Amino acid sequence: MVPTNYYIILSAVLFGLGIIAFVFKRNIITLFMAIELMLNAVNLAFVAFSRALGKPDGEVFVLFVIVVAAAEAAVGLGIIILTARNRRSLNVERVNLLKL
Amino acid sequence: MTPSILIFFVLAALAVIGAVSLILQRHPIHSALSLIVVMVALAGLYLLLGAEFVTAVQIIVYGGAIMVLFIFVIMLLNDGEEERTNFSKLATFGGIPLAVAIAGLIAAAIAHSTGDLPAATANGSLTSSKTLSMLIFTDFVYPFELTSFLILIAILGAIVLAQREN
Repeated sequence: MVPTNYYIILSAVLFGLGIIAFVFKRNIITLFMAIELMLNAVNLAFVAFSRALGKPDGEVFVLFVIVVAAAEAAVGLGIIILTARNRRSLNVERVNLLKL
Repeated sequence: MTPSILIFFVLAALAVIGAVSLILQRHPIHSALSLIVVMVALAGLYLLLGAEFVTAVQIIVYGGAIMVLFIFVIMLLNDGEEERTNFSKLATFGGIPLAVAIAGLIAAAIAHSTGDLPAATANGSLTSSKTLSMLIFTDFVYPFELTSFLILIAILGAIVLAQREN
C-alpha cells in the first residue's frame, strides 16, 4: 500500500530533473530526451491519480500522451537530421539562425 | 515496511539515478541508455500501481520503439562528446532563480495537499485491458480517431523533412 503522495513526489522530482537536463545540456538530441523524461514524469502522475481515484480515464490519457510522444519523436528526429546536415553540428549554440 | 513500499523505493531510486545519469553523461548514447533505465523503472512502477496495459505499452513503445529511434539517429549522425560552453548571463541570472522558483512552487503545492487521497492500489486489483478498450472506443472515440490523423501527419512530416532536396 504505497501512498499516492509518494508517486506524486517522485513524478515532481523526475519532472524537475527533466527541466534541469533541458536547461543545462547542449546536445540537441539530449534536449529531446529531456522532453521525453518530462512526459514520462507526467504519465506517472496520471496513472497514480487514476488508480487513487479508481477511474481508468487517466490511463487512457497516458496512452494518448505516448502516441503524441511517438509522433513528436518522429518529426523531431527528422528536424535534427536536417539540422545536422545543414549545420554540421548538434550543439544548440550553433543553431542560431532565428536569434536576434 | 511492507514489500510494496520496498519495491517502490527500489524502483524510484533506479528512476532517479537514471535521470541524474542522463544529466551527468557527456556522450548522447550514454544519456539514451540512462533514459531506458528510467523508462523500465517507470514500467515497474506502473505494474506496482496495477496498470498492466500501460506497463506493456511503456516497454514496447517507449523502451522499444522510441528509444531505438533515438539510438538509431545518434549512431547515424555519429556525434561525439558534447563540448563544454560557458553559460549565458541570461541562464545564470534568470534561469537558475526561475528553476528554484518552479521547484519551490511544486514543493509547496505538494506540501499543502493533505493526505486525503486514498492509497494507490488499495485493493491490489489490476485495470483490465477490457475496461481500457471499452473507455477508448466509447468515451474517448473522437480523440482516438484524431490520433490516427496525428500519426498520419507525423509520418508525412518526417518524410518531407528527412528527404534530400533535388
